[in-house]
Amino acid sequence: MRHRVCLTVNGKAEEFDVEPRLLLCHLLRAYVGLTGTNIGCDTSQCGSCTVLMDGKAVKSCTVLAVQADGSEVTTIEGLAGADGLHSVQQSFWDNHGLQCGFCTPGMIMTAVEILDRNPDASDADVRHGLEGNICRCTGYENIVKSIVAAGARQS
Amino acid sequence: MGRYVGTSVKRVEDPRFIQGKGRYVANIQFPDMVYVAIKRSPEAHARITRIDTSAAAAMDGVVAVFTGQDFKDGGCGSLPCGWLVPDTKVPDRPIVVTDRVCHVGDSVAVVAARTPYIAADAVEAIEVDYEPLPTVVDARGAMDEGAPLVHAEIEDNVSYHWALGDQEACDKAFAEADEVVEVELVNQRLIPTAMEPRAAAAQWDAASEEMTVWTTSQNPHPIRLLLSAFTLGIPESKLRVISPDVGGGFGSKIFHYPEEVIVPWVAREVGRPARWVATRTESQMTDSQGRDHVTVAKLAMTSDGAFTGLDVETWANQGAYLSTFAPLIPTALYITLLSGNYKMPGVFGKVHGTLTNTVPVDAYRGAGRPEAAYLVERLVDLAATRLGRDPLDLRRQNAIPKEDFPYQTPVAFLYDSGDYDRLMTTAADRADYAGMRQAQAEARAEGKLRGVGVVCCIEASGPAPSAVAGSLGSAVGFWESGEVRVHPTGQVSVFTGSHAHGQGHETTLAQVVADELGVPIESVEVVHGDTGRVNFGMGTYGSRSACVGGSALVRSAEKVRAKVLRIGAHLLEAAEEDVVYDRDTGRVHVKGSPDSGKDFGELAFAAYTAHNLPEGMEPGLDFVSFYDPANFTFPASSHICEVEVCSDTWEVRILRYVAVDDVGKVINPMIVEGQLQGGIVQGVGQALTEIGAYSDDGQLLSGTLLEYAVPRADLLPGIEVDRIETPSPHNPLGVKGAGEMGTIAATPVVANAVLDALAPLGVTHIELPLTPERIWRAVQAAGNGA
Repeated sequence: MRHRVCLTVNGKAEEFDVEPRLLLCHLLRAYVGLTGTNIGCDTSQCGSCTVLMDGKAVKSCTVLAVQADGSEVTTIEGLAGADGLHSVQQSFWDNHGLQCGFCTPGMIMTAVEILDRNPDASDADVRHGLEGNICRCTGYENIVKSIVAAGARQS
Repeated sequence: MGRYVGTSVKRVEDPRFIQGKGRYVANIQFPDMVYVAIKRSPEAHARITRIDTSAAAAMDGVVAVFTGQDFKDGGCGSLPCGWLVPDTKVPDRPIVVTDRVCHVGDSVAVVAARTPYIAADAVEAIEVDYEPLPTVVDARGAMDEGAPLVHAEIEDNVSYHWALGDQEACDKAFAEADEVVEVELVNQRLIPTAMEPRAAAAQWDAASEEMTVWTTSQNPHPIRLLLSAFTLGIPESKLRVISPDVGGGFGSKIFHYPEEVIVPWVAREVGRPARWVATRTESQMTDSQGRDHVTVAKLAMTSDGAFTGLDVETWANQGAYLSTFAPLIPTALYITLLSGNYKMPGVFGKVHGTLTNTVPVDAYRGAGRPEAAYLVERLVDLAATRLGRDPLDLRRQNAIPKEDFPYQTPVAFLYDSGDYDRLMTTAADRADYAGMRQAQAEARAEGKLRGVGVVCCIEASGPAPSAVAGSLGSAVGFWESGEVRVHPTGQVSVFTGSHAHGQGHETTLAQVVADELGVPIESVEVVHGDTGRVNFGMGTYGSRSACVGGSALVRSAEKVRAKVLRIGAHLLEAAEEDVVYDRDTGRVHVKGSPDSGKDFGELAFAAYTAHNLPEGMEPGLDFVSFYDPANFTFPASSHICEVEVCSDTWEVRILRYVAVDDVGKVINPMIVEGQLQGGIVQGVGQALTEIGAYSDDGQLLSGTLLEYAVPRADLLPGIEVDRIETPSPHNPLGVKGAGEMGTIAATPVVANAVLDALAPLGVTHIELPLTPERIWRAVQAAGNGA
């Protein structure tokens, strides 16, 4: 049994016939061809696959593609406008907020939501806000710095 | 000093990562690709009595199903071990087992299907009957009389025994000692947990008989060598191995894994490109794991606190099979570090490498050196307690003085340079150690469990002089290759045998070469991770890329400069001794007349047009060097950590963490600090949260990120990083390596701090990780429960 899923990904309307069990992360990677959303675990612990669904950060491994029907999804590839990098992306670059880069798309998408809620997020706020995202390279130090700095730039 | 080395150049690799353009193996997709999934053993030790693949093979969308026998009949050789100490017993490690599984996660059968979902369904449909066999999981228990044998032909489950040091001097030290402290401890098993699960992809060209393999490896050239010579049998000339962007490794992606054979074999067999991507759970139960030592040790000293001897016996768990470099880690990278940063005449260590029904153990960040540092630094704290001395003060008393370098330890290593007293005093100043102790006294007076930990640690990095490695058991050399190819336009491509999986080589190695040649960094591109583009290389681990890989590039750049200088002199119609190569600008000019010269680009072009070159000179501007280091390098660190243990929940809260490291000359301070911060948090993870736990029957109890507690962002309040620099005297950059020092020092400093906090309750030892439960139990056992 297959289901029709219509959604907007990075501003572009997409339509697929999918199995009901297909995960959103696999839809994005294999069907839409957007491989920037990385998959780091199978128990929804790591947050690497975080995307924005109707403006909210979700782990796309815990969303079925059919649940995303009718929604607007933004992935790391669609975050920046035409004018270059999003301020959070820029801040990660400026502050060495990444090493191997694998958790980075999920970190950046989560950061966008953290700052959406509170542009003045403190170091401690950001550390708390990243509870669902794992990075094994940076020790989080520069990720936190990047997000706090991006917030300061936004506000 | 050049323009770039020593400065925090922003990473050139970052734009692709922050925009989701990373080129990871899991992103490789071809039309007509088959997706590989692997049936894993749920048993730790069992005989396979039946495998029925018929239901799986009949499923719609399944392209093929293979068993171990198919791989054997199809010419796949067993996985070899690349490091053999004398008399090592090596168990056979087939690509896919045929009749017996030896650990949970062992490969039993392989499916290729049209989609990953179908492949996963088909794996479930394979029926396997197991007849369980007795299991053994404990490093020391494996040698007990009557312990079940992991491999019938390997007596007592002992793969090897190894010893190093001056036993006579050690015995004498203990015979004459005023004081002796002893410890028995476990250095627990860890699961490296790079965020990118392992993956492999392959494409076979039947016409040219060429195979391309993409793999998440830290060292694609050695993987090609092993595939060619041992496991897959395709000649190196027809085999291209690419490790594109790799999402972290920490050692776990050094080794040759079965899937690197399975995927290309399947691709050739079914005549379609193939890809396998591990699930996280699969990675946790098949990636090589780390540490897992049981150790008994004692430290001898005089009554005034001078260390005189250290006697160590360690049982090192190697898992069910010997992974690629497994015997190296507890031998030449562990026993050799037992002298720490201290003068100690009598050091002797012996190790027993044992086999168990667990996932193979090999290098994990630090590899042997964290095990040594944790042991030595715990013993030093116990010594300080015994002597009633301040632990920092006792360390300073015993530290090797800076004037004693190069320093020959009793356990083989010749330390190249260092200033451990300055390291410790810098850390103490930065942390306000005296103030911390004062605050601790006040907190204790209020009934709080406040502790301060201090360590001084050593690392051996930059492996390794090839002849030394060979004499210690290595099957390969540990030099590095570096090619500097100047194009006719003056653009520069740099080819390194090192591999970056987060370390930022595309930036740091460009900094090095840009300075060597005096060209803008923007004109230097660094290429790595592809045997089709880089001639050869040994890859990245052991913090070797700058000291070995960077040095190879310096040598090649020197050759470029020498040729450019000759061309410049010729075109300027001057004698070679009358011109200079200006390394700030890349120009060659007549001495004293900077205006009368030629630009780097002009000279590069001249090398390629070859219209007017010095007599006998060959055209082109491209040099390769193979740099074999003269010695390891020896980074050192002093870290200080302040903690408080909650007497209600027994949780550990880190209040402050100060790290002062000496990693030699620093190419990019921003990147070095990042390496240290990341390393520290991994080490804190070992101290507080992480354990690769097995049940007695060999079930992996922490096989997902639900149970395996990788540190999260709120574990530390922040890290203060500082450094001193004592350049390595034996490599041209003076660098030592920054990848592992943080991890090595962090585990003992947190353990020391927590045990210092608990000292008033009479607790002297708790096995890691220091979870609230373990602390509570230790406090209860000490008779101080609330």
